[in-house]
Amino acid sequence: MGMTMTQKILAAHAGLESVSAGQLIEADLDLVLANDVTAPVAIHEMEKFNKKEVFDKDKVALVMDHFTPNKDIKSAEHCKCVREFSKDYDITNFFDVGAMGIEHALLPEKGLIVAGETCIGADSHTCTYGALGAFSTGVGSTDMAAGMVTGKAWFKVPSAIKFNIVGEKAKWVSGKDVILHIIGMIGVDGALYRSMEFVGEGIKNLTMDDRFTIANMAIEAGAKNGIFPVDELTEEYMKEHSTKAYTKYEADADAEYDEEYTIDLSTLKPTVAFPHLPENTKTIDEVGDIKIDQVVIGSCTNGRISDMRIAAEIMKDRHAADGVRVIVIPGTQDVYLQMLNEGLTEIFIKAGAIVSTPTCGPCLGGHMGVMAAGEKAVSTTNRNFVGRMGHVDSEVYLASPAVAAASAITGKISCPCELGL
Amino acid sequence: MRACGTVHKYGDNVDTDVIIPARYLNSSDPAELAKSCMEDIDKDFVNRVKPGDIMVANKNFGCGSSREHAPIAIKASGISCVIAETFARIFYRNAINIGLPIIECPEAAKAIEAGDTVEIDFDSGMIYDKTKGLEFKGQAFPPFMQEIIKSGGLIARINAKN
Repeated sequence: MGMTMTQKILAAHAGLESVSAGQLIEADLDLVLANDVTAPVAIHEMEKFNKKEVFDKDKVALVMDHFTPNKDIKSAEHCKCVREFSKDYDITNFFDVGAMGIEHALLPEKGLIVAGETCIGADSHTCTYGALGAFSTGVGSTDMAAGMVTGKAWFKVPSAIKFNIVGEKAKWVSGKDVILHIIGMIGVDGALYRSMEFVGEGIKNLTMDDRFTIANMAIEAGAKNGIFPVDELTEEYMKEHSTKAYTKYEADADAEYDEEYTIDLSTLKPTVAFPHLPENTKTIDEVGDIKIDQVVIGSCTNGRISDMRIAAEIMKDRHAADGVRVIVIPGTQDVYLQMLNEGLTEIFIKAGAIVSTPTCGPCLGGHMGVMAAGEKAVSTTNRNFVGRMGHVDSEVYLASPAVAAASAITGKISCPCELGL
Repeated sequence: MRACGTVHKYGDNVDTDVIIPARYLNSSDPAELAKSCMEDIDKDFVNRVKPGDIMVANKNFGCGSSREHAPIAIKASGISCVIAETFARIFYRNAINIGLPIIECPEAAKAIEAGDTVEIDFDSGMIYDKTKGLEFKGQAFPPFMQEIIKSGGLIARINAKN
């Protein structure tokens, strides 16, 4: 029986000819990641190991992105702990304020992960790197600590769901709408324990940023990982950002899938996930009149330069509606600089938005945009759970940068077409 | 090994943000995390919970963030075992790695109600609802995971092997 793309990468890293779904394996890791929330727990766990060294100082990445620049004394203590650890262990890829970005926007940009590699990260959105044709998945701090010491992790080999992508997107439809549509269709546990493998001729119509957004939210369907085949676009991206050698894997023709779906991009509309689950999706024409208090454009899901360009295109020479607070957060320092160079920052500021330094901040109700009771936000982030962006009685509506920007202007959840665009 | 206690019952898709809201993630101290456990879904939980109590939920328990703080908060609050129809995969790994017993058992998760007294035999995977007089066979851990639990967690297992 053939293997899926994920299974092939796992087999190669476990030193096995082949693996099958359900098999327990131990795989070599090419990258181990944590942030300022999860790394301190992992560092504390490290103290319990007999062996007190990391397996490879170049293959550990520690990114201070969640509560940075530090929002309070406790967060500052956490970052200090990671900073000192990185110094003591001579960690090559420690990213502090000034160098950091939101981890899943930053690592591909820095070329730290490429096709065919394996990565675990103590952050659930580590699945983002599947966009590059890598196996990457979120774990907790103890798994991360073990990976950091041994360079290995145990996995139950996943079965997979195949998504055959066909067609071409309409204007204002993006990767975010594709993944929200899929989560709405299969549910927040629709891919539980499994891989989401995206294939098909329509993939060429998805930009790398679209693919990062789609792979990023595989976890919101419960998936272990989401993964894309490696094509010319992927190779171009990797050559631009990395000097690492990469390996292209493809699923076998006779690979078995638990389920198969066809996603015709041409039929998709801008999609919004209503509170309090990413599966509560409606297309933009079904949304109705929902007034908002806040818009957040950014995050590991939608904080890349193309997201900023789309939002700026819509907000150019317009102004945010009265009473709407608009928070724009570039994913990385490079995105921030590009925004300045392209004049996007000026567009946002003139439109009445604020532009923040990179941070996860409001996405998880940390800082930089926490909401009060009864408030509503349209956000390009990835979760709209109860209390996710602040008070338990606040609400988050997940959408694309295009819908978020248009909503900022109208003051209610809107399609850019409502602005005559 | 056995656990016995009063049940705290929840529904589908209990996410890690309601188990331990992110505003408390500036701490990694178990006792401090326990003070805010379940705060955004069940404010009174921390006042009601007694050592040894059992948490029961429906499908996809622990979905969302990878924060290990979630099973740590539940364990430190005194909960001796979580029974659910299904668990989100990162939560499942984290619970095992930190030594919080969890059992997948759809029948038990559906039948058991809040306030029931439930006893669990971890060796056999049997779940007894003493209030209702019902018994269920929970899913046993695969041998690989039993090895981790018997070693006293993932790190102890790695230390033993090296």
